Amino acid sequence: MDALFEIPVIGFILQLIAYLIEALATTGLAPQTLALATPIALGAMCGVMNERSGIVNIGIEGMMLTSAFVGFMAALVVHESGPPATPSAVFGITPALLVGVAAAIVAGMAVSLLHAWMSISVRADQIISGTVINIIALGLTSYVNRLVSAGGSAGNLKPFDPPDALVDLPLVGWLFKMFLAVGPISMSVIVIVIVLQILLFRSRWGLRTRAVGEHPRAADTVGINVIALRYRNVVLGGIFAGLAGAWLTLEYNATFQNGMSANRGFIALAAVIFGRWTPIGAFGGALLFMFSEALGIAIRSNPPEGALGDALSGIQTSFPSLYNNVFGALPYLLTLIILAGVVGRSIAPAAVGKPYVKESTT
Amino acid sequence: MSARSVFRLILVPAVSIILALLLGSVLILASSLIIDEAINFALPLVAYESLIEGSLGFSFLDVEDEVVSFALSVDPERAERALTSTVVAAAPLVMTGLAVGVGFKAGLFNIGGTGQVLVGGFAAALVGASVAGQPAPIAVTIAVAAGALGGAVYGFIPGALKAFTGAHEVVSTIMLNSLASFAIVGLVNDILKITGPSFARTADVGNAALPVLFGRNGHLGVLLALAVVPLAYVLIYRTTLGFEIRTVGANPTAARYAGMSPRWLIVLTMSLCGMFAGLGGTLEILSPNLGYYPAIFGTSIGFAGITVALLGRAHPVGILLAALLFGAMRAGAPAMQITAKVPVEIIEVIQGLILLFLAAEVVIRRLLRIKADRVAPDELKTVAKSYGEGTV
Repeated sequence: MDALFEIPVIGFILQLIAYLIEALATTGLAPQTLALATPIALGAMCGVMNERSGIVNIGIEGMMLTSAFVGFMAALVVHESGPPATPSAVFGITPALLVGVAAAIVAGMAVSLLHAWMSISVRADQIISGTVINIIALGLTSYVNRLVSAGGSAGNLKPFDPPDALVDLPLVGWLFKMFLAVGPISMSVIVIVIVLQILLFRSRWGLRTRAVGEHPRAADTVGINVIALRYRNVVLGGIFAGLAGAWLTLEYNATFQNGMSANRGFIALAAVIFGRWTPIGAFGGALLFMFSEALGIAIRSNPPEGALGDALSGIQTSFPSLYNNVFGALPYLLTLIILAGVVGRSIAPAAVGKPYVKESTT
Repeated sequence: MSARSVFRLILVPAVSIILALLLGSVLILASSLIIDEAINFALPLVAYESLIEGSLGFSFLDVEDEVVSFALSVDPERAERALTSTVVAAAPLVMTGLAVGVGFKAGLFNIGGTGQVLVGGFAAALVGASVAGQPAPIAVTIAVAAGALGGAVYGFIPGALKAFTGAHEVVSTIMLNSLASFAIVGLVNDILKITGPSFARTADVGNAALPVLFGRNGHLGVLLALAVVPLAYVLIYRTTLGFEIRTVGANPTAARYAGMSPRWLIVLTMSLCGMFAGLGGTLEILSPNLGYYPAIFGTSIGFAGITVALLGRAHPVGILLAALLFGAMRAGAPAMQITAKVPVEIIEVIQGLILLFLAAEVVIRRLLRIKADRVAPDELKTVAKSYGEGTV
């Protein structure tokens, strides 16, 4: 084995593969991937809900950021006004955090309602409507954040600690760890993705949604209320953007920073395209994009041993900032590359971006 | 143009600006609960007054012991300083506005201004530092050209990706924004920083700094921005290339049947957009009060370019006027934060609100019951359409 590792280049790749297998099985690489993929997957569910019913939503980024801020502030206000609460044993839930998550969801729905009104009723350009949301969200959250300069924190939701019996199972143990050793919002993603996938392709609502996204005129002719369905789907999609925001400030972090959504809403859009507008596919895209960041975190916290590890730590000592930033940039680079490689072969719902006007009114 | 048609043209933008300022004043009023710990009806007025004083140089209020009275006063020296900072702040916005506006003409939505600004400014800083000892005219020319080229290369990438793989620029340019910021911070921190200053930054650009022509900091960049506006106009409306760009923006299929190459035009236009944004970054970095590239270089001129382009109807003259408005806000904001304690971020909120009302222009026109021209460029339809199609 060691002889194999000493072959130039190929040896490095073999060492990396060995490290990956080991990291998946023993360290937190698998749950970390799911955790980091959570806002991307949730944002992508928002995107699927919108685009399947014919609405482009590039404002997911702004919706996430707004929800993150509103959720954080709501949790903080409850935390500081009420009596000190002991977090629950599982997930570390407190009343403040529950209020925060609820507030984040409401905020996500409220911003989505603005997008729905602009896109469906006003028939404004949907790309511009999304851009407006992104710009106002960044400006307004930064403004209020500076104004109130809230230094405190309401804490955050904690990952679940799965029983060792499950995690230690050979071969499948790491899968249990991946899906169980995460916080409640990350855990909910799996349920949300599966339910949405089934609803979209196996329910009356899903059939109607897809019809409205592909051919609204035909859907209208058979009696589907195009406007109402689009409104409902866009606003319901806001729930997922809101949860993604809650993950940012109430699960993964415990504080708010200006612009902390860091273009995750746009990675989510790429995941939607990658997944060909299906919830499961988009979830896969989210896992793929964010695996690179999880790997970067694993390598930095638990560097591989041997020649590979020596090379990496050599780079780290000489170029500490570049070393960190290359890992930080990986998800964006991967998204760009995969987007360029895959998009030509995936086709969006036909009516995406086109406002619907009933024939009688034109 | 008759007075009537000018009125119809500027009506919706003007109403949007007024509504945004009104809504902004409501926000400031609400903020007074935190700033002054009680509702202070004078705060919006005081804030806007200090904004005007910092950007135009005259004041119309007299605040003494919390009693506010109207008193117009103009201090010529202060007015000169304020107006200079306004045009200096407007110059890069003209560039980033064109970076978005020219893209609209081809049916492209370049929201990668931020990344192109960073790369352009970075290129200008590096090349500028290497020619720092040359005579000023040569050094400035080379550094500015490097900045334009850097931005153009960074605009070329999403253009080529869209033309040959179908990756939509709305997602790809945003990814490139993040990548530029990660890469440049790492490079400056680890390789390019000079010893001496307390923070990581590149070497001084020396003679490549834009020379001050008027006032305290009225530099050459202002003239550059003024020169680029007519050039952009001629390019878009008076050349064959401009005609082809506009045709692709209006109808890519028609352009293809007319023998034009939409792919080539997309690559070229995105490179042009990148060049303009790169010049915007160049003006910031080479300005006399910077003259180097700091590792932490937060700039919002890239995103502001979107609002500038839309408010200016993607027309070079409109972009110039919109850039002056936002330049004034940026010049006055620090004074507002000091005098009225209203955070400078209010500027970003007001810009977003202007964009909101512009996007909802149908509502405004219905409210006013007046015939006014549409503000949104028609080519936006092509942008939204191409998002769904995924291919060129």
